[in-house]
Amino acid sequence: MIDAIDYQLIAAVQTGLPIAARPYAAIAEQLAIAEQDVIERLARLKTLGLIKRWGVVVKHRQLGYRANAMIVMDVPDDRVARVGALISQQACVNLCYQRPRQGEIWPYNLYCMIHGKTRDVVLEQWAELRHACNLCEYPFEVLFSRRCFKQRGALYARPIANGDGAVPCIAGESRAEEIKNKQSFGMHA
Amino acid sequence: MLAPLHKRLLNDYQQDFPLSPTPYRDIAEQLGVSEDEVLNAFQTLSEQQMISRIGPVIAPNSIGNSALVAMAVPEFDLPRVAELVSAYPEVNHNYERENRFNLWFVLIADSEIHLKAVIADIESQTGYPAMLLPMLADYFINLGFELNLHD
Repeated sequence: MIDAIDYQLIAAVQTGLPIAARPYAAIAEQLAIAEQDVIERLARLKTLGLIKRWGVVVKHRQLGYRANAMIVMDVPDDRVARVGALISQQACVNLCYQRPRQGEIWPYNLYCMIHGKTRDVVLEQWAELRHACNLCEYPFEVLFSRRCFKQRGALYARPIANGDGAVPCIAGESRAEEIKNKQSFGMHA
Repeated sequence: MLAPLHKRLLNDYQQDFPLSPTPYRDIAEQLGVSEDEVLNAFQTLSEQQMISRIGPVIAPNSIGNSALVAMAVPEFDLPRVAELVSAYPEVNHNYERENRFNLWFVLIADSEIHLKAVIADIESQTGYPAMLLPMLADYFINLGFELNLHD
């Protein structure tokens, strides 16, 4: 379904498309394939859903969204899909995942993220969300972010063709770049 | 602060950046400005760290294996542990959060075996247990991030 060139293409674009008149041609040159091939492959990866979105990735914190809360909830398993779908439709939420409970030390199974300009705004949005989605009966915790130690776009391993255990080949992004980026936001796993 | 053109570029091209040989010219035509204005605006947004990149957001677990990991680390030891965790190339995000589980990071590896090996290594290097929280379901359909840039 996806081939080695697709992986190379993802590795080539994951740190960003060049800001130049013919950006796809520049990527094509790196991979020694045609510009049209780059465009068609990206369109196909998008259609397949492997590329969830293709476009501008903003840095929330730089744009004034400095309060970031991860909210975890304990929702009965037979309701989690319905509640998750409902939460996802709310404008203030930008991620919503189910994750496994960890027994008594961490009984939560539903996670969502709210980015806001201030802590108060985020808490207000959460209060509204709880009412709008009938979440009041579920135990929850709100985890605001404090320090950001590392942040970058996801870098994916490129599989090696020898079949003998793929070695991660990470598209380079310097430590300095990571430090420069560390004030930004986002969580995509 | 932000010019109207910058706001449009930030908000309108998160999902469907043009897939054509001249995407910046296409945007310029859509917005009624010149290609150079669009290129310069994106350059400025990038230099000012307002955009991370123009590129893909990959669907979780479609390539390789990813998981959120949480650790409860005593406050005094957090800088050491955080630095150790950040040093792994498999770690993309690493945050302190206000909770007894105060260190949260995202790992991406090429296989589940590799992922678990990295976690075992982190546990032995740091001396604290790690809670592995892989994604079971993604409920989110509305993509991107709508910015309120009016204030």
